[in-house]
Amino acid sequence: MKSFTYERVHTPAEAAAAAARMPGSKFLAGGTNLLDLMKLQIETPVHLIDIGKLELNKIEHTSSGGLRIGALLSNTDLASDASVRRDYQILSRALLAGASGQLRNKATTAGNLLQRTRCPYFYDTNQPCNKRVPGSGCAAINGYSRQLAVIGSGDACIATHPSDMAVAMMALDATIETVNPKGKVRSIPIADFYRLPGKTPHIETVLGKAELITSVILPPPTGGMHFYHKVRDRSSYAFALVSVGAILQNDGSGRIALGGVAAKPWRSESIEKLLPLGSKAFTEKLLAKARPTHENAFKIKLVERTLEGILKEGRS
Amino acid sequence: MEDSNKLNLTRREMIVGTAAAVTITLAAGTINNVEALAIAKAEIVPSAKVSFTVNGKIQQLHMDTRTTLLDTLREHLQLTGTKKGCDHGQCGACTVLVNGRRINSCLSLALQHEGDHIVTIEGLGTPDSLHPMQAAFVKHDGYQCGYCTPGQICSAVAVLQEIKAGIPSHVSADLTVHQNLVIWKYERE
Repeated sequence: MKSFTYERVHTPAEAAAAAARMPGSKFLAGGTNLLDLMKLQIETPVHLIDIGKLELNKIEHTSSGGLRIGALLSNTDLASDASVRRDYQILSRALLAGASGQLRNKATTAGNLLQRTRCPYFYDTNQPCNKRVPGSGCAAINGYSRQLAVIGSGDACIATHPSDMAVAMMALDATIETVNPKGKVRSIPIADFYRLPGKTPHIETVLGKAELITSVILPPPTGGMHFYHKVRDRSSYAFALVSVGAILQNDGSGRIALGGVAAKPWRSESIEKLLPLGSKAFTEKLLAKARPTHENAFKIKLVERTLEGILKEGRS
Repeated sequence: MEDSNKLNLTRREMIVGTAAAVTITLAAGTINNVEALAIAKAEIVPSAKVSFTVNGKIQQLHMDTRTTLLDTLREHLQLTGTKKGCDHGQCGACTVLVNGRRINSCLSLALQHEGDHIVTIEGLGTPDSLHPMQAAFVKHDGYQCGYCTPGQICSAVAVLQEIKAGIPSHVSADLTVHQNLVIWKYERE
């Protein structure tokens, strides 16, 4: 691990100001992803701003009937919250499908949103990777790509976003609240939060420099049946080949978000009106622009079948 | 033997290592002054203070900022019951309890634990007075090689507390049912 200086901050505004003052710094929350990447010298911050003890670890009801989730609430506490378990089951299920008990105790809401890809070429510092070293190339496209993206990628990067929680947040229309070094607060709908790789896969979100996530807002509950089905090579503690998060209503309408297929959770509200036509027609339309590799083309059929299983469960 | 005395590999590692490493290397007389001066000029290793309790005892430490909680326990407090397996949060051998919750101590900096209460395998029980989970592992011979057993025991102690607190897991069939009922259902299956 490279040397870095360290400071603890006491307010979100102080954290953002510290980050603006120290180029090359990073916020440290749970650290379960960042410290791992620092050990491998994939991340090499010169300064860490420890936000771990900020008072951003609560869940509150909003005046509109939704929930405000503190950025530093642990994945365990979010998945266990009584309101989340009752009204946003997709979120509990997605969180519990990810990581291990130890990691969920330490990992935070905002850290989960911002975790980096698990593409093996991002991790292997002997290989070119446009996300790790911009302009160096992508070893994944002609490499081992079974786990990687099938849609929304391009010639620069085919990495996936690894989060389960973010897939549920996408289906729930969550909004991400931030503060910048000037103290200005902004709200970013999760649909606008992640950037597709394009030619700059190292830029993963629309967050500005030194902008700090303070909370995630869930709109009022939508009701319906909630599902999160994750398909992977072993039944726990593995990243998704594909995952399907679904909220189905009795009238046949619903929301569908996919994990494991793109650099961000994949959802199209306009295509959701096709859901009553069944999993095949819906998946064909949702993934019409997919450009899979020969190793991961199976993911498209896997999405369709996983969704079919959910729709059947919803009908029964 | 001659090779190991030269410590060539160690020297290279130490050049990219810490100031503490530099001190050790100089004492061992294995690098020359030119190299040492170059390192001393380039390396000012940031450090910071932290205070927490480990197994009920207050510890006040001044650490290289990079030191993980795992290395702090093993290398600085000589609590070597907690094991280093993968050092990347995958194997769980380093599991300890922090404020009653299990975490991977390898993926946590010591500095992140200001004011925390940490319990390691040494704090659960003693050879004369085993924790019930330790006794159960002994009784049922719950080992393979035994290396990660301390982490498994810490994790198992925490799992029982999680169940008691109603924290769901990926085997919770129904999120609205009390966790004990769910566990019962799975045990039956």
